[in-house]
Amino acid sequence: MTGLRYVYAICRPFRSALQRQLTGVAGSPPKQLTHHGLIAVVSTVPETDFAEEPLRAHLEDMEWLTATARAHQTVIDALTVVTTPLPLRLATVFRDDSGVRTMIEAREDDFRRILDRLEGRVEWGVKVYAEPEPTEAARPGEGAAAGGTGRTAASGRDYLRQRRTQTRAREDVWQKAAAFAGRLHETLSAFAEDSRLHAPQSAALSGASGQNMLNAAYLVPRRDSEEFVELVDREKDDAPGIRVELTGPWAAYSFTGEFAEEPEVEP
Amino acid sequence: MTVVERREIALVDLLDRLLAGGVVVTGDITLRIADVDLVRIDLNALISSVNEQVPSPWGEPA
Repeated sequence: MTGLRYVYAICRPFRSALQRQLTGVAGSPPKQLTHHGLIAVVSTVPETDFAEEPLRAHLEDMEWLTATARAHQTVIDALTVVTTPLPLRLATVFRDDSGVRTMIEAREDDFRRILDRLEGRVEWGVKVYAEPEPTEAARPGEGAAAGGTGRTAASGRDYLRQRRTQTRAREDVWQKAAAFAGRLHETLSAFAEDSRLHAPQSAALSGASGQNMLNAAYLVPRRDSEEFVELVDREKDDAPGIRVELTGPWAAYSFTGEFAEEPEVEP
Repeated sequence: MTVVERREIALVDLLDRLLAGGVVVTGDITLRIADVDLVRIDLNALISSVNEQVPSPWGEPA
């Protein structure tokens, strides 16, 4: 058979079938490759796109990366319905089935250990943003809007005073948001079995308003998910300028790190 | 303060997980982690350059 093998995830055998019409990366349907009692979920992908050189080029192509990431996630999502998958990093590609089998043999103990650890658990993402009010002082001539006093910035001194007040208010929001994020993370970590901090997202990349102060992932037993979501909701306070975003449930992407550092394997 | 539960997965959240999370195994086609991190950095550059021409490249997927 020609084509390369793109591997999405490693799972334990599961009984339910995947959706028939499920398509993965490169529009090809994922299939199961069983070896040593583990299942690799793989798609056959064309060499023209997934050999090292084209793959490297593609990963810098936003459109291609978006389509591939979403296709990868679609398959992981479908797996999450029927089992607890151990997701692999995007674009893990092998020459053929035998390459996939060799990989399973090399890592099967790790896979079993982490699959046991993740069984029945999901990941929730929680982000906190600070959203200070827009700075009126930054727009000269509209000083009247500041603080709702109805006064215009008549003099330079007034202007500077207004500006200082606004700067202070903005710093205040950031400080409060940072403190809130810290408390929230502490509370959620205590509830969750494990947590990971991702780097705060840049606004340019996310398109989200405000400054991302917390970008965390929490590992939660599936059955406790509702309670976790309620906890996030309950922890909100009425402070203005703070926004909390919840994403999930995800497959436990952020909790495979126990063997992110790969042992040296002789080729 | 508001709690927003987003239905549509933002690409940036997905990339946090797919490029920084997930099990790393050496495939036959080897992109080392360092390479992928570089991709991430290139992405940043790409976004800022695209932003100048296109208002929202991170809009809703088709």
